[in-house]
Amino acid sequence: MKHYTTIYWAFFKTSLLEQFQYRAAMAIWMIGRILEPIIYLTVWTTVAHARGGSVGSYTPADFAAYYIVLMIVNQFTFSWIMHIYDFRIRQGELSNFLLKPIHPIHGDIAENIAYKVLTAVIIFPTAILLFFLFEPNLAFHIQTFAVFLLALGIAFLMRFFIEWTLALIAFWTTRNEAINQMYFTLGLFLSGRIAPIDLLPGAIHTLADALPFRWAIAFPVELMLGRLSQEQILNGFTMQAIWLLAGFFTIQLIWRLGIKKYSAVGS
Amino acid sequence: MSNTPDITVQNLQKTYEVPERAPGLGAAIKSLVSRTTRDVEAVKNISFDVAPGEIVGFLGPNGAGKTTTLKMLSGLLHPTTGEISVIGHTPYARHKDFLNRITLVMGQRNQLMWDIPVADSFERNRAIYRISHDEYNKTLDELNALLDLSDLLSKPVRNLSLGERMKCEIAAALLHRPQILFLDEPTIGLDVTMQRRIRAFLGEYNRRHSATVLLTSHYMADVEALCKRVIVIHHGELLFDGDLNTLIERFSPHKTIVVDLETEGADLSPYGDVVTAEGNSVTLRVPKTKTADVTGKLLANLPVIDLTVEDPPIEEVIEQVFSN
Repeated sequence: MKHYTTIYWAFFKTSLLEQFQYRAAMAIWMIGRILEPIIYLTVWTTVAHARGGSVGSYTPADFAAYYIVLMIVNQFTFSWIMHIYDFRIRQGELSNFLLKPIHPIHGDIAENIAYKVLTAVIIFPTAILLFFLFEPNLAFHIQTFAVFLLALGIAFLMRFFIEWTLALIAFWTTRNEAINQMYFTLGLFLSGRIAPIDLLPGAIHTLADALPFRWAIAFPVELMLGRLSQEQILNGFTMQAIWLLAGFFTIQLIWRLGIKKYSAVGS
Repeated sequence: MSNTPDITVQNLQKTYEVPERAPGLGAAIKSLVSRTTRDVEAVKNISFDVAPGEIVGFLGPNGAGKTTTLKMLSGLLHPTTGEISVIGHTPYARHKDFLNRITLVMGQRNQLMWDIPVADSFERNRAIYRISHDEYNKTLDELNALLDLSDLLSKPVRNLSLGERMKCEIAAALLHRPQILFLDEPTIGLDVTMQRRIRAFLGEYNRRHSATVLLTSHYMADVEALCKRVIVIHHGELLFDGDLNTLIERFSPHKTIVVDLETEGADLSPYGDVVTAEGNSVTLRVPKTKTADVTGKLLANLPVIDLTVEDPPIEEVIEQVFSN
């Protein structure tokens, strides 16, 4: 365990140093990730006003709370691994990782955390600013926050495992972007990003329950907003646990098969 | 040193399946329905052993199967058939103990992180290989003394010249003091001084740590300086395995005689093939069996100031090997 702490710390530091070199690019990416929830928030607020004050159970202040928390949840759980893995494989960079006595996923996780820490200095002030601009309906309870942090942590890992698995498809195809695009589009609807899932038609609701997106994003958000019953919270954690384990075991399997393929054909 | 070899390779074979398609749109459409593949045998039935502490030169023209073999030995590639054992491990199982004791340096690849100072990349390796701070500092001092890295460590890799980067790459690959070194063209693209420096370093590392080294290089100077033993492969097959001198003897049926004469313009063609004739210095190539005879005649018949008998340059010998 101590060994892993040392490794994670080393990975974390080097990733931080590396990412520091790309401040401008980072800022531009951040603008996109901040704008998206603000756009949805503005649209839904307008709709709510037009409908006499609310959409479903959401008032403009609820939408504001929803999208500010969503921005934070999405920021802390997203990964970019799916977009870089085929490069890694085709350029033979993966060989460097395979020569090291440690599974490469550790470096990727540490790198992701480093990025999140670095961008926290942008995302939190932005959240505070939005808080004053949109006056969200958000009460702070320390217990709710603690449970939210747990849900956020699991959401990060389950999303990471699932996206790492999808990234490994690059072992078999050179056109990963098509899969990434499909994953992104499905996620946009089913994770609660485009609209709170409660507001979507019943069929989509069922689909969202069955897929992981909702449990990675909408669940922690709704939890933080205090919109979930005890039963719903328990159900949410169960679904998170299932997807976390499913992701974990799929990674082992796909990784083993992928390496077999890689070592058969080389790079 | 024990008698068990560090590396054992038996009947090693690697066949790649390569998709094949004729050029043009028609062929592209056809390939959607039926893909044709062709088997390429990169390595055909190679066997050899390497004893602990040995430095072996791995020679062959481009595409001979050298890199494929090194990749199989370091666990990156799975052999099609055949057995490999490296310090008691099957490489492709990539056991941690195995990975902790080997290294692979590829002259055209890099493991250092491009944007950050070299020292930070080193620190990352220190953590990965669980090197204690004491040990790490000792190793770094040693590498520093041999490779003169001190000015480079604080620079980002992208600001280093090719030679500087290569020195750092080699140092990074050796921080964990591997017992087995696989080096694929470690001096490629470097100037002569830097080549000599890295060559000297590798020799020194081998002596100090009794490391086993398997090295490929297109620069014969590397091979001559470091390797007593060479393995020559061509088209995936083993052509020769043995002493470098034996290789020269076996594959070069000629010797070179350089004669300095008192007079200019003498015609020496009756004695052998004249390779060069500049002023009063003439270089002759003669069949090895006739060397003594020709030397005697030259000394008896001509006003010789100086005469030397040499083996032809190793490049020439190697060329000879591959042309057969």
